[in-house]
Amino acid sequence: MADGDTDIPKMSHPLELPEFKCGAMEGLEPYIASPDHQTALGFPGELVPDWKEKTIEKMGELAEKNRAFKVYLDICVKCGSCTDKCHYYLGTGDPKNMPVARQDLLRSVYRRYFTFAGKYFPWLVGARDLTEEILHEWYSYYHQCSECRRCSVFCPYGIDTAEITMAARDILAHVGIGMKYSNEIIGKVHQIGNNLGLPAKALGATLEDLEEDIEDETGVSVRIPLDVKGADILLITPSADFFAEPHIDGLLGYAKVFHEAGVSWTVSSYASEAANFGMFIGNYEQMRKISLRIRKAAQDLGVKRIVFGECGHAWRVAYSFLNTLAGPFDFLDQNYPVPQHILDFTWNEIEKGTLKFDKSKNDHYRMTYHDSCNVARATRIGDYPGSQFEIPRNVIRAVCNNYFDMPRETTHESTLCCGGGGGLLTDDLMDLRLKGSSPRMTALQQVTEEHGVTHMAASCAICKTQFSKVMPKFGYEMDSIVSVHQLVSNALILKGQDGYDDDNQDEDENTNNTDLGE
Amino acid sequence: MDYTVNGETIAADEEGYITNLGDWSQDLAGVIAEAEDITMDDERWEVVNFLRDYYDEYQIAPAVRVLIKALKKTMGPEKGNNKYMYELFPYGPAKQACKIAGLPKPTGCV
Repeated sequence: MADGDTDIPKMSHPLELPEFKCGAMEGLEPYIASPDHQTALGFPGELVPDWKEKTIEKMGELAEKNRAFKVYLDICVKCGSCTDKCHYYLGTGDPKNMPVARQDLLRSVYRRYFTFAGKYFPWLVGARDLTEEILHEWYSYYHQCSECRRCSVFCPYGIDTAEITMAARDILAHVGIGMKYSNEIIGKVHQIGNNLGLPAKALGATLEDLEEDIEDETGVSVRIPLDVKGADILLITPSADFFAEPHIDGLLGYAKVFHEAGVSWTVSSYASEAANFGMFIGNYEQMRKISLRIRKAAQDLGVKRIVFGECGHAWRVAYSFLNTLAGPFDFLDQNYPVPQHILDFTWNEIEKGTLKFDKSKNDHYRMTYHDSCNVARATRIGDYPGSQFEIPRNVIRAVCNNYFDMPRETTHESTLCCGGGGGLLTDDLMDLRLKGSSPRMTALQQVTEEHGVTHMAASCAICKTQFSKVMPKFGYEMDSIVSVHQLVSNALILKGQDGYDDDNQDEDENTNNTDLGE
Repeated sequence: MDYTVNGETIAADEEGYITNLGDWSQDLAGVIAEAEDITMDDERWEVVNFLRDYYDEYQIAPAVRVLIKALKKTMGPEKGNNKYMYELFPYGPAKQACKIAGLPKPTGCV
């Protein structure tokens, strides 16, 4: 950006090492949050006069409270295993985007104020005095990390590098340098209930409109209930599912599956958001406040179960942190996972045989699947290790005849970020998003060349939006990215729909015809 | 980045969305469109007017799908589709058309 280079790198291989481009992304800064957006979250409106003391104080407080963070600051031996694992480094060539170098922007300051050697012999250990320039360097480079944690997979010490990014962002917000995109959104969740700022009346109208669409398409009346007290299941889904393409098609898929499964369910207008950007900005209190809305909605509606829609980081918060943040959920039915992932729900129904598919409805697609970083590296979808990889693929194969995996070093736990995660899905970072997506796009191009893959499915709202924006730059249509439940929706034949009684498929084909693939 | 319309300055944020929704006028829409390299014509006006009417009622822009469905009824299927909307507004019917319509930017994972 700083050097005006907005070229998307041409890569011959998804993990091809770039040439060094020192300073290539220097000075790139997403818009800083306005005083209004800052103060709404309890942060100072602008850079505080005593920023130096406050920064060091906050850093010390985080290291004290979060032992993992302190360990991660202390134990890196700079072995270099992580250097070439970051999609932003591969895409930009800026050495400060090597995870070890990016983390050292903060570590070097930590060493200066919190370690013996750094306090007395800073020149010996590369310890740096904190300056205002360094704050801006942090702001720039810690917003060139999507907290995807691919580098952590390869760290022999298991350093969770995203924790460093989160801490840096938290410190910055506390001294008055918050990020506009994330903080404005979090404010909307507190005020209205979702990232979009979609009020209850508009949500109701949208859902009615979608019910109409399903009926027009299938001839069957399928409800998308809103604020129904006493429903069994509360669906918590990203608000993008009510608004954007291809997200909405996924929502139609959830509705059809619930309908066929014969369960009672509802969406909540109070907790109309699965996403939790509190995690992106590394702020526990914000993350907790957003999570508590889900608890309140579940209690007010008297539901027995909570199911999460397709959203990557939301599932990480739900799977790993929800109980700590907003639990205990002892008022829910403990016979079901608390919470449950929609793909787990759907896969269970497929296994039970309650869903009838015509896979040929997806024959115009040759599919691959993009593992979303937070789902892949932080959670399971079912109750066994690796279920976060298998269940989405199982579901896709149950509804599509043509499925092919991308190269193994770019999938599963080694999946590449879409390039827009971690709170970077903002237009002012488009150059970074394009460059950061090039490793994933190169992997996709490989399966397109080898297997004629035309479409990629994802189960994360951010991935879907990011890909619909960047794919046209890589030779695909913007609708080449699809929701997993969009594929389910396409193939699902509802009771009462034309073709339901035709015996036009055999059961084996339904689950076992998984040609090729991995 | 502010706009100047008929000698008057209209405040906008860094991304060009006007700060005070009450400042909107047809002349302003033309000025914003020009800054976006877009020439307003009947079809673009139809989209912008639909967005403004929807916003009046619901305090948010419609989902792209809802917008397209409504336009399909008035413009016909050749023009009431996603592809055509992106021809009209290359940066997306939701974001770019909202900007011209003087509405807030849709935020979130969209």
